[in-house]
Amino acid sequence: MGQQAALLLLADGRLPAGGYAHSGGLEPAVRAGRVTDMAGLEAFLIGRAATAGLIAAAFAAVACQRMARGDLTDLDALETELDARIPSPELRKVSRDLGRQLRRAMQAIHPHGIYAKLGPAPHQPIVMGVAAAVLGLDPHRAALAILHENNAGAAAAAAKVMRVDPFDVHAILARMTAQLDHLARSAAQAADGPLADLPAPGAPLSDIAAEHHRRSDVRLFAS
Amino acid sequence: MSGSLHPDTAVKSTGAMFAHAVLACALSHDGRKSVVSTLRSDGPLVLRQCNPKGPEPLIHKRRDIARASLAAGTAGPIGGDRYALDVHVGAGSTLVLNEVSAMLVLPGVGGGQSRMSITITVEAGATFVWWAEPIIAAHRCNHRHDVRIALADDARLVLREEMLLGRHGETPGDFTSRLRITRGGSALYDQQLGFGPSAAGWNSAAVLGGRRAVGSIIAVEPDWVQTPPAALPYDTHAALTPLAGPGVAIGAVARDSLDLRRLLTQGLNTLGPPWAI
Repeated sequence: MGQQAALLLLADGRLPAGGYAHSGGLEPAVRAGRVTDMAGLEAFLIGRAATAGLIAAAFAAVACQRMARGDLTDLDALETELDARIPSPELRKVSRDLGRQLRRAMQAIHPHGIYAKLGPAPHQPIVMGVAAAVLGLDPHRAALAILHENNAGAAAAAAKVMRVDPFDVHAILARMTAQLDHLARSAAQAADGPLADLPAPGAPLSDIAAEHHRRSDVRLFAS
Repeated sequence: MSGSLHPDTAVKSTGAMFAHAVLACALSHDGRKSVVSTLRSDGPLVLRQCNPKGPEPLIHKRRDIARASLAAGTAGPIGGDRYALDVHVGAGSTLVLNEVSAMLVLPGVGGGQSRMSITITVEAGATFVWWAEPIIAAHRCNHRHDVRIALADDARLVLREEMLLGRHGETPGDFTSRLRITRGGSALYDQQLGFGPSAAGWNSAAVLGGRRAVGSIIAVEPDWVQTPPAALPYDTHAALTPLAGPGVAIGAVARDSLDLRRLLTQGLNTLGPPWAI
């Protein structure tokens, strides 16, 4: 036990790491007419958590575990493995933009020499995992932090791109807590295996929508 | 085996079929053509040398390359079955693998999981064209499909994969398919698609959006290290996306198999010659 407050700090959407500028693919899904009501929003968030969410969680867990062991020799391989799991160049860029911003924030908030060694634009889950380890959190909590932050961020964006009752949105988040717990456990377990076996669940419509969104003239969120 | 994902811990179920087929090709002694050097069928996995079946990307019905076709020797796979196919494309050679018909994945009598593992090695300077037919995940099926492709740094690849969520008018069973491609030992593309009653959120706007067909074309061209094709979302339900390495993924989510084939072919043709068909 311990470090619960550090977990809350890392998972808090108010952490100034740029997450507020992203809807996690919700805006493009709403624009394309694929999410039109609360049931559609809930399904979207569940589908996203089970795909991109699980990948991010697993990579955060591995980065956390390696950092805690003081062995970051496979950091480059980790970046390559994550790239291979994100077909859309736009989503790879978003992940690296968010990673760069999170690193900047963590380096300012709670400095550590490791942040300078993560390359010019590390992926967000890898920075999250490293930051979790620096704060004394274990891989399971690193996974939980990124699952919650990404999920709550997309849910919060619903209020700006759809007509919703905020209580209904948070009711979805409450119903999803068991799923996030389950995904975080799977992610932490996967961190003990080979990198090649890390989860790789794809989300074809998210990749396609992200490429359309980047070319859209009018948009509220960067992704 | 470093590329192997799932240790096979399954219990044998009664009446299940176990099959392991092998296909290999190599450059002939004079280096002028590619020849099939191993063609080992096994039970339901029937391999035959064949003529061009239809339009082929990259190869365009050339006669100096090796060409084989995979046919089903029996219905299935059904729950409990374990199929394995190994393909080896020797240095400098070119192999086309196509399929006679779609593969229908069915539930087994005992309700067990069926699995198919395909392991492909493409050596230095070799080219592999895998022009498969759709996999149909029937109602109540329980199938895991696992494809591992190891490319040499200067190997070429183009493959098509198509999955249909149930036969006409039925909902699919549990199905997962993983395609992992490495190049020179490093990960280039790794995607798993899962759907069916046990999967979460697959029918949502984030994943398949209630559509009944999904597929992709993956092309790997060493020359794209310098000049990769630009990303191109060419349909509301399809996009061509350059990978972090020298390859592209063309992904489409479609109403049905015809719509899917049309979208994938449209995406492939945006690459121009020699990829277009």
